[in-house]
This record gives sequence, C-alpha cells and structure tokens, in this order.
Amino acid sequence: MINLRINGELKSVDAPADMPLLWVLRDVLGLTGTKFGCGIAQCGACTVHVDGNAVRSCVLPIGAIGERAITTIEAVGTTPDGARVQKAWLDLEVVQCGYCQSGQIMSASALLRATPHPDDADIDAAMAGNICRCGTYVRIRAAIKKAAQAV
Amino acid sequence: MIDPAARQAAPDLDHAVSRRVFLGAGLGVSGALLVGFYVPTSGASTVKSAVFAPNAFIRIDREGKIVLIMPQVEMGQGIYTAVAMILAEELDAAFDQVMLEAAPPNDKLYANPVFGIQVTGNSNSIRAFWMPLRKAAAGARAMLVQAASQIWKVDPAGIRTENSTAIHDASGRHLAYAALIDRADGLAPPKDPVLKDPKDFKLIGKPLKRVDTPGKVNGQVVYSIDVMPPGVKFATIAACPVFGGKVGHIDDSKAKTLPGVRQVVQLDDFVAVVGDHMWAAKQGLAALDITWKEGSNAAISSADIWKKIRTASEQEGVVAKNVGDAAKGLTQGELHEAIYELPLLAHATMEPLNCTAHVTPTSCEVWVGIQILPRAQAVAAKVTGLPLEKVTVHNQLIGGGFGRRLEIDFVEKAVLVAKQVDGPVKVVWTREEDIQHDIYRPAYLDRLSASVANGRITAWKHRITGSSVMARWLPPAFQKGIDIDAIDSAVDMPYDIANLRVEYVRDEPFAIPTGFWRGVGPNNNVFAIESFIDELARKVNKDPVAFRRELLDKTPRLRAALELAADKAGWGSPLPPRTGRGVAVQVSFGSFIATVAQARVDEHGEVRVQRLVSAVDTGIVVNPDTVIAQLQGGLTFGLTAALYGNIDIDNGRVRQSNFHDYRMLRINEMPQIEVHLIKSGEVPGGIGETGATAAPPALGNALFAATGIRLRRLPVDRDVLSGRKPA
Repeated sequence: MINLRINGELKSVDAPADMPLLWVLRDVLGLTGTKFGCGIAQCGACTVHVDGNAVRSCVLPIGAIGERAITTIEAVGTTPDGARVQKAWLDLEVVQCGYCQSGQIMSASALLRATPHPDDADIDAAMAGNICRCGTYVRIRAAIKKAAQAV
Repeated sequence: MIDPAARQAAPDLDHAVSRRVFLGAGLGVSGALLVGFYVPTSGASTVKSAVFAPNAFIRIDREGKIVLIMPQVEMGQGIYTAVAMILAEELDAAFDQVMLEAAPPNDKLYANPVFGIQVTGNSNSIRAFWMPLRKAAAGARAMLVQAASQIWKVDPAGIRTENSTAIHDASGRHLAYAALIDRADGLAPPKDPVLKDPKDFKLIGKPLKRVDTPGKVNGQVVYSIDVMPPGVKFATIAACPVFGGKVGHIDDSKAKTLPGVRQVVQLDDFVAVVGDHMWAAKQGLAALDITWKEGSNAAISSADIWKKIRTASEQEGVVAKNVGDAAKGLTQGELHEAIYELPLLAHATMEPLNCTAHVTPTSCEVWVGIQILPRAQAVAAKVTGLPLEKVTVHNQLIGGGFGRRLEIDFVEKAVLVAKQVDGPVKVVWTREEDIQHDIYRPAYLDRLSASVANGRITAWKHRITGSSVMARWLPPAFQKGIDIDAIDSAVDMPYDIANLRVEYVRDEPFAIPTGFWRGVGPNNNVFAIESFIDELARKVNKDPVAFRRELLDKTPRLRAALELAADKAGWGSPLPPRTGRGVAVQVSFGSFIATVAQARVDEHGEVRVQRLVSAVDTGIVVNPDTVIAQLQGGLTFGLTAALYGNIDIDNGRVRQSNFHDYRMLRINEMPQIEVHLIKSGEVPGGIGETGATAAPPALGNALFAATGIRLRRLPVDRDVLSGRKPA
C-alpha cells in the first residue's frame, strides 16, 4: 500500500510504486478530471500540482511522491489562484471541447502562484507544455492576464 | 444535479423512441441551465404522459420544466448553446431555465436535413437546422398560445409570450406554459408556423455564455473516457502496425504474470489486454510477444503513395464543372501552371479514441463520444448479433472530433473486445495507436493552369487528385466518378472567370484509410486556388488584394470581407525585412471569409507567424462569441497543419507516433488573431471548418511576400525557406 495526500485527504492505494499518478487518480480513485493525452509528458493534459508546482502526472510514479501534497482539478478551485483562473476561464469563454482544459488550468494556476503578474514570456514558458487542439490559446493568454489582474 | 422527475417520468412521448435516456448530473454549477450525462432510465413509466411534446425537439412538463433535445453533438463547437438559443428564441422560453438532452440515435427524428442521417459535421449544424428548429419551436409556441386562447376564450392574436408564459395584456391574465400543456397536447401543430422577425430576436445574435463550459473547468464533465460503469475493466489495444495486416501468433506468458493484467483478447487484426487499470493494460500490452502477418502492404512508403498520385493526376479526370471553353481559353494569353501537394494528416483529438462497452447475451450498452450516433448503434448490433433495440448507446460530450469521430472503427473494436470480457470494459487507445491507426486526411494533388491576357484571367483549369472519402463513407455522394466533397470550393470558386473547368481524379493511397478532417474538401481546394491566384497576381505585377478584388464583382459579400480584412490588417503598410503579408479568400460552407496573415522568416527558415486577421460574413449569427472562437480555433488548426502536419508511411506503417513527432502549434508560437464579423441578414453559414482552410494559403502567401519563395507543398519546409534546398 502506498499513501498519498490528494486534495487534502490521505489515500491508501494498492498499486505498484512505478504506476504513474495519472492512472491511480483516474482508474483507481475515480478522479477523472485529470486527463490522459499522450502518456509521455508532451501534451500537459494530465497536469496536477505537487506541493503547488505543475507536474505531468502521466510520468510521475506514485512511489516517488512521498508526503508531498497532490492537488487535482477537482480541488484546485479551493485555492485562490485556482478559483481566479477558473473564473477568468468562464468569463472569457476560453473552453471549446474542454478536454485539455483541466491541464491548462492547473498549469495556469501554478504559474500565478509562482508569478502573480506574468508577462507574455512567463506565460509562454509556463504554458508551452500544454497542447490545445481546439486552438483556445489566444483566450488562455487573455484569461491568465485577467486572472492576474484579480490578484 | 440529477433531476429525479426526469428519471422517473420517462414518458413514452413519441413515436420512435421507446427507451429514452435523460441527462442527469448537471454541469450547470454556475447557472440554472442543466446539461449532463446519460443516466439510463429503468424503462418506460406506466404513468400517462404528463408532458407536452409537440415535436422531437421540445418537451414541457406540468412542473414547467422545458427540455430541449439536441440533434447535433457537442464537441467544443458550441452547438448545444446555439441550438438551445434558436429553440428558446422561437418558443419564447426562459433561456436560463431550459434543460438540454442529447438526442438518442434515430435517423428518422434527428437526421441532419442536408445529409439525411443523424450526423454532426461539415459545418452543417446551424445551416441545416436553422429553419427546422425555428419552425419546431414556433409551432410549439403557437399551440401553447392556442391553448391559452381556448382557456381564456379570447382571440389568439391578442396573446403574446415571453419567459415561458402566455400573456393576455387586454385582460391582464397570464399563464405559465406548464399550465397550458394539457390543453395544448391535443392540438394539431400548425403546418406553417409564423416565425419571428429577426429584428425581434432576443437571444439570437447575443454573445451568450456557453452552457457546456462550467463543468469543463472543474473536472466534473464526463467524456466517454471518464465513464465508469460499476465493475468496469480497462483495456488497451494494438492493431497490426502495417495497414491491412493480421495477428499471427501471440505469446502472452509474460504479460499474464503482471499484476493487474486480467485477460488477453486476440482478434483477427488486433490484440487487447484487459486489466484493473490502464497502467496494467499498457504494461501487459508491452509485455506481449506478437508476431504479425503483415500482408501485402508491408513495403508501401510515402514515396510510393506520391508516385501513384502524381501519375494518376496526369490523366484527364471526370469533369465536375465546365463553363465556357477552358481548353481554348488556355491558348489565349500567357499560360501559367502549378502543382500543389498536401500530405496525409492525423486528427490527434486531445481525447484519445476510446469506447466503453458492456455486452451480455441479451444486451449491449455502449458509452462513446461520436459524431454519428446511429452508426455506432448499428455496428454494435452487427458485432453482437443483437437486434438494434437491444443496443443502448450513450453519447458523451466529445473531447475533440475534427472528423475522426465520424468513424466507428473504435466502437467496433471496443464491442469486439467486450464480447469476450465479463462485465463492462473501457477500451482506450494509446496516443501512439491513435496516431498510427487514424483514418487520415487524404493526400491531395491539385494541378492548376490558367492563362492571363491584359491582366485578366481568361481561362482556369483545376484538376483535383486524391482519395474519395465519400465513396466509402456516403456512397450516394459519390456519383459518376465524382466525390462531391473533394470538389467543394473548387467548382464554386469565387472568381469571375469566363472559361472554367474542374476535373476530379480518384486515387486511393493503397491500403491507407482516409476520412474527413476539419476543413474537409475545401482544405486542398482553397489552398491550391488561393496560392495559385497569388502566383498569377505576382506574374502580372498586381497587388494580391487588388487582383482578387477585380475578380469579385459577382461576389460582393466576399469582396467586402476582403476589403475589411485588408484594411484591418494594414495591407500595404511597410514591414521589416523578411516579413510579409499574405491574403486568402474563400466561399466555403456558406460563409464568406478573407484572411490576412503576417509572418517573418529568419535566415534558418524558421517561421514566426505574427498576426492573422479574418473578416467573416457568415450570414445571421446565432452566438457571435462562438463564431469568433471557432475562427480563432480553426485558424490555429490550419496553421498547425501548414507548419507541422505530416504523416509519413514507411514499410506500410505510420512513422509518427505522438506529439513529439506529430507536432501541434503551442501557445508560445501563436500569432495575434483578430476576427471581424460582418453584420448580415442572410441565412446562416457554417463556421467550424472555415478557419482551418483559411490559414494555410494566407500563410503560404505571406511566406512568399517575406522571402520570394513559393511553397507549393505542405507542411512548410524550413530548408526551402532558408535556401538550403531548392523550392
């Protein structure tokens, strides 16, 4: 059994230590808001926070996490940055199909936590790992700036 | 928010739908509008209908709940919101209180009027359903008004409606729709209901918030990949890497020892490993020792495909359009010729292909996100041998379609696996499988020739060569050797040219399956035509905008879009070195669009797209913000294809496998995008595909302006732009 701190709760998981967090979240714990997109940390759909930092859960073995706090899209709205980002996303109608947006929002809220007032280069650096096939990037950029104004 | 009343009542309203499923768990966290996921009812209620269902799109119950049924699937394009707006507009329903329900598979009730089948695609939802939905809602409204007039014994002409209420101003009386449904239920729907004058629209034309988005920002939305029926197992698959190949021998001794691996399922042309979770399934699949029977396609390469299509394009094609005398016209004036080539492309929807199925001896239940619901039901029935009514398909919100989910191969595979698994099984394709077993955008070769005299085009000949998607997908749309999709936007090209000939040559790329891809037929045609017209403008030393404008006298809506886009983009104003602007126009999917791209090319041939400006006349706009979003997204989709999109075949296999080698445009590469809507009272056009077809030629023309190098083949070749390789 491996213990994980997920969204403020301690979870005991009967899964191998090399199993990526993504599949533990989705298939073992039923937290399906975190998405599978590529499996090789190329698209960012699986992004979660580990101690507040954006991490690709598809390549993060659960045995490597230890005591650190995991936050997923289901709970990011309880953090000030996450709530601001979600609101900006809806205010500017960022979302199309929505499949990548869990990861986009997790990356954006981690960015705002580290850099409350990001410029375009900061946004590029923090968000370039998140692919959106619908092409919502122009609104993602605008929404991050709007969320930052609310800081 | 699950609506218990909806789940219990399940009224046997109509007609063809015996087993109705309701959208339950709500996404409407920030509003009253409830959209949700399928919660199957436990069968028809014995309660006599307490619901007014004047047609297949509207239901109103005694509690005042108004349910609008969505004939088109939501895959990010905003169609649920737009359809709800149209219905609520003519019904005068309170928009913030309506509930939405996805239509069940039923070609009779929910066929797209353009195709005659229940399908979402070709930017056709609003175009096809605009009048049917308005009439359905206006008819329902008229019946409610008539019911009120009978109750009040007044002239219906004195009754108006708003906010789901009938109002008789003269007597100060009003009744909610809920109070009218019993009386309305027995009335005959009017044959020709009176529609609103567009100037009276309260919803249509307003930028309303989308109804499907709140659940998409907090992880609550359930795509088909998220469905978890009790006891579900997880599977992933490997098809023979060579197209058309079969499974030979499998050694699963090692895979079966892995923790969490439950079962290995061997089928004719693919293998599935079933496990307790996707990780076990993936590990199990990797541990299989599979010998494939690769078959006759194991030597095919991209070079063979291009040799074949080039050879085919040299023969005369079937004539799709012939005006004047192009052959004669081509001898008058200076002749120009060019060949444009577009590669095979994968769809790469962000939600990898997946489908969950539960097969028992007497039933089959399928959870999937699909653009063509009835075919999913039909293929599940075929695979299981069950009658159609024993197959229930739950269509989920879709994490990207782009044409890939117009196919049912992934449903068929999931049901084949489920037949051999006890309990429900979720079959998820890895990204590698998704890229390497796509149904690809066809490779196209467009051969253009034109003659120019005194600065005017005297004749134009366009021969399109490529595989026919329609011949496989919708055979009635492939008649006398012509694929009506492949010639779209070529036979109806916008320029006024006296002698015009369009030919079509069907050429299939061996066993590589091809299908619809965002932009469909106009993909290659708009690229080829707009690149070629640009070349002609340069040949006669005319400004590309001015040259096009002169040819658009008979297409004033497009000319206006061109002028607006040029103006907004600062066309003609000076730019730094190695930076250029390019323009492209199109009349596609009933929309008139002009796009100006601005790009810079560095000395290494690297491209930085700086700005895209589109001016759009798409007729009456239902939700303007959605139209702008579709343009922004479509342009990005098209830029991605132009800059990176390419599928290569080596030894019968796809070389690319994931996002590291099948690249997507990322946020750091994005240009500024501006979309300008032109106000119009014309019938609505389609919009979802249009940006995808607009961006590539506008970019190609900008790159020429920046470098003097003409790219006639996509994706953009940096070696050519840098001069390291000849064009």
